[in-house]
Amino acid sequence: MKSKTASYPYLIWTTLFIVVPMAMVVFFAFTDQSGAFTLQNLSTVGRYSNVFVRSIWLGAIATAISLVLGYPLAYTIAQGTERRQNVMIMLVMLPMWMNFLLRTYAWMTLLEDNGLLNNALAAIGLGRIHMINTQGAVVLGMIYNYIPYMILPIYSVLTKIDQSIIEAAQDLGADQKRVFLRVVFPMSIPGVISGITMVFVPAVSTFIISKMLGGGGNLLIGDLIDMQFLGSAYNPNLGSAISLVLMVLILICMGIMNQFDDGENEKGGLMI
Amino acid sequence: MNQVKRFFAALLCVGIFLSASGQTAYADTGEDASAPDTGVTINVYNWGEYIANGTDGSMDVNAEFTRRTGISVNYTTFDTNESLYSKLAGGGASYDVIIPSDYMVSKMAREGMLEKLNFDNIPNFQYIDEQFRNPEYDPENEYSVPYTWGLVGIFYNKNYVDPDEVKSWKVLWDEKYSGKILMFDNPRDTFGIAQKLLGFSFNSEDTNEWDQAASLLKQQKPLVQAYVMDQIFDKMAGGDAWLAPYYAGDAAILVEENENIGFTIPTEEGTNFFVDAMCIPKGAPHKEEAEAYINFLCDPEIAAANMDYVGYSTPETAAKELLPEEVQNNEIYYPPQEILDRSEVFVALSDEMNLYLDTLWAEVKMGGPGETATLIAILVFFLLLYIGIVVYKKRKLKKQMS
Repeated sequence: MKSKTASYPYLIWTTLFIVVPMAMVVFFAFTDQSGAFTLQNLSTVGRYSNVFVRSIWLGAIATAISLVLGYPLAYTIAQGTERRQNVMIMLVMLPMWMNFLLRTYAWMTLLEDNGLLNNALAAIGLGRIHMINTQGAVVLGMIYNYIPYMILPIYSVLTKIDQSIIEAAQDLGADQKRVFLRVVFPMSIPGVISGITMVFVPAVSTFIISKMLGGGGNLLIGDLIDMQFLGSAYNPNLGSAISLVLMVLILICMGIMNQFDDGENEKGGLMI
Repeated sequence: MNQVKRFFAALLCVGIFLSASGQTAYADTGEDASAPDTGVTINVYNWGEYIANGTDGSMDVNAEFTRRTGISVNYTTFDTNESLYSKLAGGGASYDVIIPSDYMVSKMAREGMLEKLNFDNIPNFQYIDEQFRNPEYDPENEYSVPYTWGLVGIFYNKNYVDPDEVKSWKVLWDEKYSGKILMFDNPRDTFGIAQKLLGFSFNSEDTNEWDQAASLLKQQKPLVQAYVMDQIFDKMAGGDAWLAPYYAGDAAILVEENENIGFTIPTEEGTNFFVDAMCIPKGAPHKEEAEAYINFLCDPEIAAANMDYVGYSTPETAAKELLPEEVQNNEIYYPPQEILDRSEVFVALSDEMNLYLDTLWAEVKMGGPGETATLIAILVFFLLLYIGIVVYKKRKLKKQMS
């Protein structure tokens, strides 16, 4: 009984700020400006399929690179002494203490044609490379901003692995490679999956990174939604329709991801 | 306790007395003594950096207004016409004075979001020049009083670009400058440039004309380094871009600070002539005080002090004459009449046109329209993948069980 009372604030919070807004998104997506039911918005979304393809593609690349870079780092951190682990984790978190916009803005100055990196390249005799306002710059921005969300969950799963299981594998004659592939990696899958989710979702829906590093020419879904609410048309209905399609897409992607989260509860995957 | 009550009662009396005598307070503006506090606060919603605020030796316009009339000013700012619109359309916000641009004035007037002004309370409207009265965006001049105006021109880097080339918008399509060109990140301004090149009106309701402008912009896209707004300053100053369109008033700051950068109005095709105008939104709680504020800003002396700081052009000749000589004779601020004659002001498009424009704009930035089939294909692909995995796992489970 007591625990139920304690959950009320959370329940009210979820209803007010998660369930109600979602319902409003759905409502707006299926109505026109006068409030009448229409499918017009959803059929218009199709015109922006290029943007969807680009967003998913760039988000997927950023997620894959984050995983490739983040997993070994998380693994190395988890191997260290406790003191070392704390320091390393703090270093991973450190950039997040700074404002997100500032960090992205800093990359702008670095990548500019006359920016720090290009000036340095020119000074040592290498030619200048055009970096800013390309898709590569957008992906870089995504990785830079979201990689901590990949490292942290993997790290926390890795530290929780019972050392005796690894020792048991070693006792049974598994070499280091086998221990990692057959024991450690499968056990860290839940961390990997939540890492992928936490990088992929914000990367797909970002708008400020593509605006600042992509130069406005590399439109992503987030920019498109931003345009509907703060653009000249002021079309919250279309904006909601785009958000709804994006939500469905992400939901399916998450469902697929959860299928890899093996094991005991087969039903778990079906829920999402 | 009693004392406190008595104090508030006294305060209330003073407040009532003062608001009753408010009208007379405006009359003696010339005197040095400050007007007693009326207890009224008006909410003013304006663009960022768009009023003299007392820094750099300028006049603190809002404080001066409070001193003269006893009306306090709660001053807040917005950064785009659209955010102003969505804030007011969403309801819940109450402002007394807002300063939208031309096309937004006509859009809000059309949608009944503005109060009609009582010009008896704005005697200083007499100073507004004839050519700024009854503008296209407010043909009867019922809803708005112009605050500032300006033209869209082009920044160019003097080291790389010949000033003669910048006389036409064509320079923004010149392949020589590929990758060094910036464009506005909003559809009206960007399409406006293409429309002027094609000789169309900004306010066309002909989809065919917009299509042509869009295809011109698609041609230009490979040459464009980025679609940006405020970043134009950084990128021009740092030499990353050599050509960029911008609004005349703000341009002066960069030109003064950086000797490599010039600014000029493309005279061949004409340009966009924009006006930001003071309006009162529907249901403003203090309409009379708001009109007093508008009247105050139209006072030539105040307008001159204000424009001296803001850097845009004033619609009042009386105020212009109080500005420094070099500003008065600067063709960027006060261009000759023939350029003005060839320029055009934005008026709100119909809702259908706005929607169409937004789609075209997204198409320009994407490089072309997408196919609905592609999106459906993606959705179906992911869905099938998901179902496939679920079915595969179920079968595997069954096999293990048996």
